[in-house]
This record gives sequence, C-alpha cells and structure tokens, in this order.
Amino acid sequence: MAEHSTEAAGMPQLDFSAYPNLIFWLLVTLVIVYLILTRLALPRIASVLSERQGTITSDLAAAEELKEKAKEAEAAYDQALADARAQAQEIVARTKAGIQKELDEAVQKADAEIAARTAESEKAIAEIRRSAMDSVKDVANDVAGEIVSALGTRADAKAIKAAVAAQLKGLG
Amino acid sequence: MEETEGGLQFHPMEQFTLKPLFGGDTIHWYTPTNATLWMAIAALVILFLLVIGTARRAIVPSRSQSIGELAYGFVHTMVEDVTGREGLRYFPYIMTLFMFIVVANFLGMIPTSFSATSQFAVTIPLALMVFFAVTLLGFYKHGIGFLKLFWVSQAPLILRPVLAVIEVISYFVRPVSHSIRLAGNIMAGHAVIEVFATFGGVALIAPVSLIGIVAMFGMDVLVSFVQAYVFTILTCVYLKDALHPGH
Repeated sequence: MAEHSTEAAGMPQLDFSAYPNLIFWLLVTLVIVYLILTRLALPRIASVLSERQGTITSDLAAAEELKEKAKEAEAAYDQALADARAQAQEIVARTKAGIQKELDEAVQKADAEIAARTAESEKAIAEIRRSAMDSVKDVANDVAGEIVSALGTRADAKAIKAAVAAQLKGLG
Repeated sequence: MEETEGGLQFHPMEQFTLKPLFGGDTIHWYTPTNATLWMAIAALVILFLLVIGTARRAIVPSRSQSIGELAYGFVHTMVEDVTGREGLRYFPYIMTLFMFIVVANFLGMIPTSFSATSQFAVTIPLALMVFFAVTLLGFYKHGIGFLKLFWVSQAPLILRPVLAVIEVISYFVRPVSHSIRLAGNIMAGHAVIEVFATFGGVALIAPVSLIGIVAMFGMDVLVSFVQAYVFTILTCVYLKDALHPGH
C-alpha cells in the first residue's frame, strides 16, 4: 500500500513499462487520423474551398458583365432620349415654319385684298367727288345765270359757264 | 486522516496513470487502455469535424463545416507562410499532427478523461518523428549540403566553429524541448486543477478553490490550443530548415 502511494505521488508518465502500450496506440491513432485526412477530409475541404473560390470568381465576373450591360443600356437609353429630343425639336421647327408660311400667305392675301378694296373705295370717292364737282358746277352756272339776269343784264350762257369754270379752277 | 487538514489526499498525478479498459493489472503493448479509448475518441472527433461536418460540401458552410475549413485554412496558411510553397507537399502530415494534438488537448479538458498529450510516451514519439523525418528529408534533399545549417556563413570565420557546436547541440535538443513543452504544459494545468479540486474538500476553502478551478480551466483551454499551435509551427520551422538549410 505504501509502495503504491509513493508510486502514485510520482509521475506516472515516467513509468516506462507503460511506454510500449502508449506508443503502439499512438501510432495506430496517427495512422488512422492520417488516413482519414488524406483519403477523405483534405481532398474534400480543398475541393470545397476551390469550388467556392471558383464560384466567387465567376460571380464577380458575371457581376462585372452585368454592370457593363447596364452601362450599355444606360448609354442606349440616353441616346434614344437625345434622338427623341432632337426629333421633337425638328418637328417643332418644321411646324413653326409651316405656320409662319401660312401666316405670311394669309397676311399677304389680306394685304392684297385691303389694297384692292382701298383702291376701289378711292375710285368710288373720286367718282363721288367728280359728280359732286359737276353738280356744284351746274349749280354755280345756274346761280350765276340767275344772278346775272336778276341784275338786269342778259348774259350769254356760254360766257357764264366759262367764267364759272375759271373761278372754280382755283378750287380744283 | 483524523484532522480535516491532514485528511486531504493529494493525488494530482493519478489522473495520468494508464489503466486497462477491461480490468486486469498487466499492461501489455496491445492492451486497450484508457489512453486507447481517448485516442480513439480523438480520431472519431476528427472524423466528425472534418469528414461528417463537410459532407454536404456546401458553398455557404454550416457551422461544423466552417470549423473544418477554419482548421484546414489555419494549418495550410501556417505551412505555406513558414516553409513556402514546396512545404505544402508535407501539409497532410502536419495537419495530422495538429489535429491529433489539438483534439487530444481539448478532450483532456473533459473532467475524468485521459489526456494523451500529457504523456511523454506520446509527445516524445511525436517529436522524434518530426526530428527524424526532418533530418532525413534534409539529407535527402541537399545531401551533405544539409550540414550548412550548422555553418553560420554570415558570422566571422573564427566564430563559426564555436557557433557550429552550439547549433549542433541546439539541433539535438529540439526534440526534447519540442516534446517536454507540450506534455509539461498539459500535465501542469491538469495537476493544478486537481490540487485545487482536492482543496475543495475543506468547506472554508471550497469557494476559493472553485474560483481557482474555473480560472485554471479557462487558462488550460487557451493552453490547449496554444500548445497545439506551438508544436505545429515549430514543426513547420524545422521543416523549413530541412528545405532551405542555408542561413
């Protein structure tokens, strides 16, 4: 008993009789662990890791590609927008020009009509004036003849007419 | 045993004793023992973590798959950073060492379990395997040129023989420090926890001892990982010496 207790108080690690057993089972365990690792674990983990790396790389490439595509689409959209704007501007300009032309034509036509009407009116006025002048002349002849006869002298109708015409000439 | 103080039985090292699993007293080299059991559990844990956990091969990993990938990436970058690309050929061996040590360390943290890595009979073969593999690899790769490892070409000529002696000694001390460091750290942590636990038998000291156990346990969890890391990175450093012996 005493012998046992001193043995327990010492280091069991230095009990060399246990060494062959420990070394044998250690080697068995190491070989098993080595086989587990090289046959199963390490190839699998390596393939998982490289697969993940591959997935990440290809995903990044795909993302890059999509970004490129999005940029292209944006450029196309911008282009379409610019085209539409230019087209709209062109249409506006064309329409404006058309309207202007029509307007000009109408104005011209109206001007021509106005001019024609004015000429017509002027002609009518001139006619009226002339007829009025004639009437005035007649009246003046008559009045002058009456005045002359009232004064007691006989006057030649021709002479009176000439005299009145001479007087009226100044009035035009 | 009469007084409370004197009645405390300290057996901090008893947990490291090898016991046959199925009774009997004699331990032959093939007898399944508690060490066998816990090393088998370590192998099973590695199987579950790295094989079953990654079975789904998911692009977006599950938790267990993440652990497997993390361990893989951790050791892989370590090997690549320290030894360079040609060292990656030996990555499976180093991964085997790392996984075995780290899992055995953590399993040792389970109360009443047996920590295989606290045994010199385990860590010395591990260190010697690294030592011999690296030495043989060095001579295989560089022939006699591997001895340049001991010939510090930057040093002044007079100093070089002296340095060579020191280098040779330090080279042969490597497996010793490599193995004792691991087993010593694990053993010390477990023994201290055991001592605290024994003090827990006295009602007055029990709260202190409980706090002590919790603190030591936390530190030992850290030590479990750090020692596995240290063992592995030293293996990588030795491997680098074998691959590129020039200074």
